[in-house]
Amino acid sequence: MSWARRTFRQAWRVASIPLLATLLAFIVAAGVVILSSAFTSTGFDLFLPLAAYASLLVGAFGSGNGMVNTLVAAAPLVLGGLAVGIGFKAGLFNIGVPGQFLVGAFAAAVVGSALASAPTVIAAPLAMLAGAAGGAAFGFIPGFLKARTGAHEVVTTIMLNNAAFYLLGWVLTDFARAPGFSFSRTGEIGNSALPVLVGRNLHIGIPLAFLTVFAVRWLLDRTTIGFEIRTVGQNPSAARYAGMRPVFVTTLTMTLSGLLGGLAGAVQTLGVIGFYAAGVAGTVGFDSIAVALLGRSDPIGILFAAILFGAFRAGAPLMQIETSVPIEVIDIIQALVILFLAADLLVRRVFRIRAATPVIPDLATVTQTWAGGGSAGSTAP
Amino acid sequence: MDAVGTFLRLIWELGVYLFVVLPDLLPIILYLATPLALGALCGVINERSGVVNIGIEGIMLMAAFFGYLTGFALHDSIGSGPALGLGIIVAVLVGALLGLVHAWLTVSVRADQIIAGTMMNIAAFGITGYLNRLIISPSGRGGAGVITPFHISDSLANLPLVGPILAMFLDQGPIAMSVLVIVIVLQIALFRTRWGLRTRAVGEHPKAADTVGIDVYRQRYLNVILGCCFAGLAGAFLTLESTGSFQNGMTNGRGFIALAAMIFGRWTPIGAFGGALLFGTATALGVVVSVRVPEGDLGGIMQSIPSYWYAALPYLMTIVILAGVVGRSTPPAADGVPYVKEGKA
Amino acid sequence: MSDQPPVLEMRGITKRFPAGTLANDSIDLDVRKGEIHALLGENGAGKSTLMNILYGLVTPDAGEIRMDGQPVTIRDPADAIARGIGMVHQHFMLIPVLSVAENAVLGQEIVRAREILDLDEASRRIKLLAKKLGFDIDPSARIDQLSVGQQQRVEILKAIYRNALILVLDEPTAVLTPQETREIFEVLRRLRAEGASVIFISHKLDEVLEIADRITVIRRGKVVGSRKPAETNENELAELMVGRAVSLQVDRGRSHPGEVVVEVAGLRAKNDRGQEALHGVDVAVRAGEILGIAGVAGNGQDELVESLIGLRKLATGTIHLTGKDLSRASVDERRDRGMSFVPADRHRFGLVLTYSVADNLALTRYAEPPFAGGLAGIVRGFRSILENAVRLMSEFDVRAPGPTAPVGTLSGGNQQKVVVAREFRHDLKLLVLDQPTRGLDVGSIEFIHKQVIARRDAGVAVLLVSAELDEVLDLSDRVLVMFRGRVVGEFPAADAQRDKIGLLMATGGARP
Repeated sequence: MSWARRTFRQAWRVASIPLLATLLAFIVAAGVVILSSAFTSTGFDLFLPLAAYASLLVGAFGSGNGMVNTLVAAAPLVLGGLAVGIGFKAGLFNIGVPGQFLVGAFAAAVVGSALASAPTVIAAPLAMLAGAAGGAAFGFIPGFLKARTGAHEVVTTIMLNNAAFYLLGWVLTDFARAPGFSFSRTGEIGNSALPVLVGRNLHIGIPLAFLTVFAVRWLLDRTTIGFEIRTVGQNPSAARYAGMRPVFVTTLTMTLSGLLGGLAGAVQTLGVIGFYAAGVAGTVGFDSIAVALLGRSDPIGILFAAILFGAFRAGAPLMQIETSVPIEVIDIIQALVILFLAADLLVRRVFRIRAATPVIPDLATVTQTWAGGGSAGSTAP
Repeated sequence: MDAVGTFLRLIWELGVYLFVVLPDLLPIILYLATPLALGALCGVINERSGVVNIGIEGIMLMAAFFGYLTGFALHDSIGSGPALGLGIIVAVLVGALLGLVHAWLTVSVRADQIIAGTMMNIAAFGITGYLNRLIISPSGRGGAGVITPFHISDSLANLPLVGPILAMFLDQGPIAMSVLVIVIVLQIALFRTRWGLRTRAVGEHPKAADTVGIDVYRQRYLNVILGCCFAGLAGAFLTLESTGSFQNGMTNGRGFIALAAMIFGRWTPIGAFGGALLFGTATALGVVVSVRVPEGDLGGIMQSIPSYWYAALPYLMTIVILAGVVGRSTPPAADGVPYVKEGKA
Repeated sequence: MSDQPPVLEMRGITKRFPAGTLANDSIDLDVRKGEIHALLGENGAGKSTLMNILYGLVTPDAGEIRMDGQPVTIRDPADAIARGIGMVHQHFMLIPVLSVAENAVLGQEIVRAREILDLDEASRRIKLLAKKLGFDIDPSARIDQLSVGQQQRVEILKAIYRNALILVLDEPTAVLTPQETREIFEVLRRLRAEGASVIFISHKLDEVLEIADRITVIRRGKVVGSRKPAETNENELAELMVGRAVSLQVDRGRSHPGEVVVEVAGLRAKNDRGQEALHGVDVAVRAGEILGIAGVAGNGQDELVESLIGLRKLATGTIHLTGKDLSRASVDERRDRGMSFVPADRHRFGLVLTYSVADNLALTRYAEPPFAGGLAGIVRGFRSILENAVRLMSEFDVRAPGPTAPVGTLSGGNQQKVVVAREFRHDLKLLVLDQPTRGLDVGSIEFIHKQVIARRDAGVAVLLVSAELDEVLDLSDRVLVMFRGRVVGEFPAADAQRDKIGLLMATGGARP
C-alpha cells in the first residue's frame, strides 16, 4: 500500500467519527431550521438550510477577509479547546473555561492598559502573562478542591464561572473603570495590543495559538509530567503503583487548564476587543467543550476542530443577515455534534461503519461522578 | 480587645436584624428557593435511581422557554388564565421529553453521563436562543403575563410566630405553594412505598435488584422522566410565575446550585428542600439589605458591600458546601455507573 | 428416599465461555427432595457456572434441566424464582443501606392501598420464617449493621420468603466463623426437615462431610465422582478434588538459600470491606529461595501481597527488607530498595492497556534516566524506552506487532509476559508474584516458570502466591499454607505432599 493511501486510511480512522458526527449534526440542524421556519413571518421554507449553510460558508471562507475572520475566531477556540482537552486527558472535566477566560481577559486588559505607553515588546507579553496567571489561579482552585476534598470539578468550575462574572464586575466598577466611556470598561491598551501581522486584524495571537498546540502536544507526549497526566487519566491504580501522585497531577492539570483558558481570554482581549467589559466573553467558553470533544482531546485534532468552529462563528453573522437564520443555530449544531459523539454508535449505524477492532475507547472514562463511578463513553460492540 | 468586642457586637446586631426582618424575608426565601428545590428534587429522584443528571439547568431553560411560548402564543386567543395553565403543562411535558432523551443516553446508550448532561445544557442554550430570536423577539408583543400570586389577609399575616410562616407558604403563586407539598409527598414516596424501595434498590445495588426480578432499565427510565418533570415545573415557575418574560440563559446557574442543594441534603427530598432554602436565603439577603437597611454600624457595613458580592454569594456558597460536604456524604452506591445486564450467552 | 423423580435433574450441561474456557463439560447432576447435596471442587472447577445456569443467569450451550420429571427452560432469575429455585450468592445480593425486611421483600413487596409498603406485615412474616428456621432476626436492622453470618441468614430468608423449594448456597461458609457455620448448618437441617432441597457448593471437605447427604465432586468442568459421606473420607475426597493431574514438571533444581531478605512479623491488615483479613502473619524469605503460599483464593493472600508491596496500609506489624524497616514506605521507596511485583489483576495494577508495550515496560521507572532526562529530567527518552522494549521483548519472547503496539491488543499470555519482563529486573532483592500464570496458555506458563527459577538461581528471594496448587508445588522450595488470614502450615519441598497440603488448604488443620 502506498504511503499516501496508508496515511489517508489512518487519518480516516481517526477523523471519521468526528467528521461524520458533524455532518449528521448539520443534517439534523437543517431539519430544525426547516421546522422552525414555519413559525416565522417568511413562512415554511424547505430550502432555507441550504441557503443558510451556503452563506455560512461564504462568510467563513468566501473572501480573504472571511478567512482571516475565521482564523481570528479560531485562535481563542484553540486555546480553550486545549484547556478542556488537557483536562480530559487526566480524566477531569473543566467546564470553567468561560470563567477562566473572563479572568484572563480582565487581567490582560488591566495590565495592558497600565502598560499602554510602554514598548509593545514589553507590554504585550506582560499582559498576556497576566492573563495566563489569572486563568491559572482560577483553574487551581477547583483542581485543588477536587484533589483534596473530592468536590466535583463540573459543579465548582461552573459556580466559579458565575461568581467570576459578578466579582469581576465589582472589581471593574469599583477599581478599574476607565473614565470617559458611557459604559463600564477598562482603559485603552495602547501598545499592549497584539501586533497585527496581515491585513486588518490577523494578529500575532493566531500563530501563538498555533504554537501552543505544539507546546501542549510536546508536554503531553514527550515529558514525564505529560505521561503522569495521561496515566492518571487512563488508569489511576496503575499510576499509583508506578509511583505517581494523583493529587498533585489533578491539581497541576486543572491549573494548566485554567492557564490555557486565561490565555484564550488574554488573546481575545489584546488581539481583538481591546478592553474588558461585562459580556466580553461571547461564546468561546462552551464552544471550547465541543472543540475538545470533536478533536478527541488531541492537540492536532483540536486545532482542526477550532478552525471549523471558528469558521462557523465567523460566517454566522453573514448567514443571519442574508437569510435571517439566527446565529444560535451554531449552538444547536454544537450540541448535536456532542450528542452524536457521545452516542457514536448512532453515527456508525447511519453511515454503516463497522467499529474498528479492537476498540480501545479513547473518549471513554472521560469523567467521574461524585460517587467516583466512572462511565465508559464509547460503546464497545 | 476593642476589635473583638466590635466584632461580637456586629454579629449580635446581625442576628437581631435577621430576626426582625425574617417575616419579610421568609416569603422571598421560598420564592427564590422554589426553582432550586424543584431542580434538586429532579436530581434526587434521578440519582437515587443511579443516574447522574447535570443537565437540569438545560431542562429548566427549555421548559421555561416552551412554557412561556405557549402562554405567549395563546393568551390572546384563550385568555390569560388558561394560557398560563397550559403553559405549565407544556413546560412539564418538555421536561419529561428531555428526561426521556437523557434516560436513553444514560441507560441504553450508556454514554458518559456528565457529557450527556452537558450536551443537554448546550442544546438548551442553543435552541432557546435560536427560537427566542426567531419567534419571540421580532413580534415585540407583550409577555405571557404572570400568574397572580395568592395573598393572605393581613390579620393572618400578623399573627405572632405562625403568621410569617403562613405568609411564607401561602403568599405565593401556585407552583411555589406546591413545593412543600411535593417535597413531603416525595419524602414519603421514597421511603415508604414500593416505588421508593425499588428506586433505592436500583440506585444502590442494581445487580441485587436484577436478581430478584426487578427491571433495572425500566425503573431508571421511569424515574429519570419523572424527575425531569419537576425540572420542567421549575422552568415554568421562572417564566410564568416569576418574571413573565424570557431571557436567554435566564436560569443563570440555578440547575447547578440545585445539585449542590441535593448533595447538601444527602439525596433526600426534605434535605434538598432545606438546601434550597439555604441558598435562597443567601440570595435573599442581597435583596432585603437594599430594601430594609439595618441600623447603625451594621447597616453601614452591609450597605457598603457591593451588590456584586451578594450576587456572587450563592455561587461561592455552593463551592464551599461542595468542598466541605461532598466528601463526607455518601451518594447512592451505584450513582453514575451504567448498569449492564450480565451476558447470558 | 422415595421413588418419585428427583426434584431436580441436570443432564449433559455444557458451557464454554467466549475466552475459550470449557467451564462445564457435559455435567449430570440430580437432587432429591429433602436432601442436602454438596457440590465439591476447587476454585474454577465449574461449580458456580453450573449453578448460575440453574438460576438463569447464564445460558448453557447444551444440556437439559428437568424439575419433578418435567423439562424446563430457565431464562432469567425471575423464572428461576417462580419455579422455586432460590440462590444465595457468594457475594451477597443485599443492599447495605436497606433493612432486613426491605431486602427480604424486594420485588415481591407487601403493600397496603396499592403502593404504601406494609413493612410491619413484612417484619411479622420475616420473624415467623426465621423462627421456623430456628433463629432470631431484627427485621428493621440495616444490613450493614449485621454480621456476615446474620447477613447470610437474611439471604436465606429472602429465598424462603419466595417459596424456594431448591436452595442453592454458593460457598456459604467462606466468610463465616466456626460458630456461625454451626448455626447455619442448623438452619439447613431444618430446611431439609421441611422438605426443601439444598445444593451446597463448597471446597471445604470437613463441612461437606458433616452436612451433606450426598457429595458430587467436580474437577475442571467434569463430574469425577459422587459419594455418600458414610462411604468416603477426607483423603479420598481431596484426591478426587485435586486429582493427580499431569502438571508441567519444571526441573526446579536445588536451591541454595542465603540470608533472610525479607521478614514480615505480626502483620495485620484489613480487606476492602473493612474486616480484618490478616490476623498476625509471620513470613520470612531467603535470597535464592522460592517461598510458595498455597491456599484457596480469599484467605488473605491478596492482602498480604498488597501490604508487602505498599498498596495497602497495614494495621500493625512490621516489614523489613535487608534489615531496613519499610512498613510505612511508599511503593516507590520499596521499589527502589529492590522489591518487584507481578500483580494478580494485571489490568488494574500492572498495565495501562491503551499504552504501548514500550511505555508499559518503562512504566515503573518512567522518571528515571535513561527513560527521562533532558531539562530538569522531564523530557522522556524515547530512544532508550524503545531500546529497552526491544531488548526485553526478545529476552522474554513477547509476541506483539512491535514495541509500539498498544498492550491491550496482546493476548493474555503476552500481556503477562510484558509485566514479568518489566518486573524481573536484574537488581532485584525480592520478587513478589501473585497468580502469575492465571488464565495463560501452556507455553507462556512454562516460560514464566523458567524465568522465575532463573531469578532464584541468581540470588533473588521469591514469594509466590498462587491458587493453583500444582504451580506452588512445582516451583517452591518451601511452602506455607494460608487459611483465613493465618499461616497454618509450613513444608519444605521434600516433605510437601499434595494431599496433606490440599487438606490444610481446605480445612486449615482444624480438628474437632
